[in-house]
Amino acid sequence: MARWPKPAEGSWTEHFHLRTEPISYEDSISPAFYELEREAVFKRAWLNVGRVEQLPRTGSYFTKELAVARTSVVVVRGKDGEIRAFHNVCRHRGNKLVWNDFPKEETSGVCRQFVCKYHGWRYDLDGSLSFVQQEQEFFDLDKDSFGLVPVRCDVWAGFIFVNLAKEPEQNLLDFLGPMVTKLEHYPFAEQSERWYYRATVNSNWKIYMDAFQEFYHAPVLHAKQTPPDWSMAAQQAGFEAPAYMIDGPHRLVSTAGIHPWNLDPKMLKPMELLTRSGLFGPWDAPDLAYDSQAAGINPAGCDPWGLDSFQVFPNFVILVWGQGWYLTYHYWPTAHNTHVFEGTLYFVPAKTARERVAHELAAASFKEYGLQDANTLEATQTMLESRVLERFPLNDQEVLCRHLHEVTAEWVDDYVKAREQVEV
Amino acid sequence: MAETTQPLLPAEFADLAPFAAKWCLPTEHERFAMRLASTMDEMQAFYDAITPRADEAMNYCDNFALDELPEDATNLLHLLYSMIAVSFPVECWGQPHVPDTGAAYLDLLVEPGP
Repeated sequence: MARWPKPAEGSWTEHFHLRTEPISYEDSISPAFYELEREAVFKRAWLNVGRVEQLPRTGSYFTKELAVARTSVVVVRGKDGEIRAFHNVCRHRGNKLVWNDFPKEETSGVCRQFVCKYHGWRYDLDGSLSFVQQEQEFFDLDKDSFGLVPVRCDVWAGFIFVNLAKEPEQNLLDFLGPMVTKLEHYPFAEQSERWYYRATVNSNWKIYMDAFQEFYHAPVLHAKQTPPDWSMAAQQAGFEAPAYMIDGPHRLVSTAGIHPWNLDPKMLKPMELLTRSGLFGPWDAPDLAYDSQAAGINPAGCDPWGLDSFQVFPNFVILVWGQGWYLTYHYWPTAHNTHVFEGTLYFVPAKTARERVAHELAAASFKEYGLQDANTLEATQTMLESRVLERFPLNDQEVLCRHLHEVTAEWVDDYVKAREQVEV
Repeated sequence: MAETTQPLLPAEFADLAPFAAKWCLPTEHERFAMRLASTMDEMQAFYDAITPRADEAMNYCDNFALDELPEDATNLLHLLYSMIAVSFPVECWGQPHVPDTGAAYLDLLVEPGP
């Protein structure tokens, strides 16, 4: 007996007009498909590269390595307060402009201008070329036409996005669409305590997206993270989402929550009782005032409500917790079978040691679960690559996985068709 | 030398002194590495000693503003973080590392103080 009603069509999958037959993971093991994705997806979609709090003042900058697009961008707050992005390359002889020690590692800081390490060319924060060493030695060099190469950059709800297309097909708000943009009513800016995790993962980026856009795995893969009473109850119940939503290329899964403080203590770990915290966050949530309906949060009206995970195409996740904090995931492809995973946790800054301890357990629990998820991905990737199996059955609670692979295929098809038309 | 060294922890928590040198670690990176490098017996002993004192320790630290903690209270707070780090092996795994995660890692590169 389902705990949550399904749509009238009988399943979420059919409700969203998705196919129900087993799917192929060729899109996650094929180097040729990855080459198409680089152009069709990552050079066409808006990509989130960070938040405005990372650029607190004039001259604050950070770099972002976008190996999938074979570039690096530098994102900077200018003297006028505007946030801009540029390809991180000096116009003189192509040296990477902003880096420290290791050219492929990301960096951040504050500066008055960018100075190339190679021959000392200088660029203002707005990208204009301001100084050329021994300028008189050059031939008809027009400094005005040698500014940094701009990258389309826009900010929504404090999230900084770039688009590598010369002329993006959609502006940022149209690309994000109403389901995602309603989230601007959520108080992101108040949650400025930042925890940034990073790892290189030996799987295709979509395989990790899939792991965090279904919770069918949670009672099994993570069973031993909880006391036996909890694990048994969770496995018997299985997982059902009260609501899924799809809007264009983007997806949402919502979950019901629990109030741990009302549970039998046998269901909880001693550390959770001691610190009043856990994977779902601090039990004593901060007072975040917002209109959840306006923000499009908790669409099924669960009480208690667990979380909403917004899967923003292609590779960005905003996960808002019922316990008053949020996290983001980014999956940056580096090859068809590797990617860089970033997990960033945001809390209202702890005011007391007790609050800070509660954050510590939430963050440590996140890592403990994340390690289990990440290791499973490598196990999956290697066996997908064996091609022993070609079709994989997905159930209705894996509907978002199915959607990601279908949308990616659509974007690749559109790109290939448009390219063919140009060639004809 | 030992008698001239300033104690790491506030006097009220002298009973935790045997664990201070090993577990008063300011970063998650150090705490996680120490967890992996420790035996279950070591972590169990630390866990058994600190969990009954944790509530008092949090109360002690909360006598100060979080951004103005004296050094010994900061050490005590770091000891509480280490308590959390060892709680996973002690409460869940019975071994230092998460089972079936041999190839995985997750580095915490930015973390809030103190």
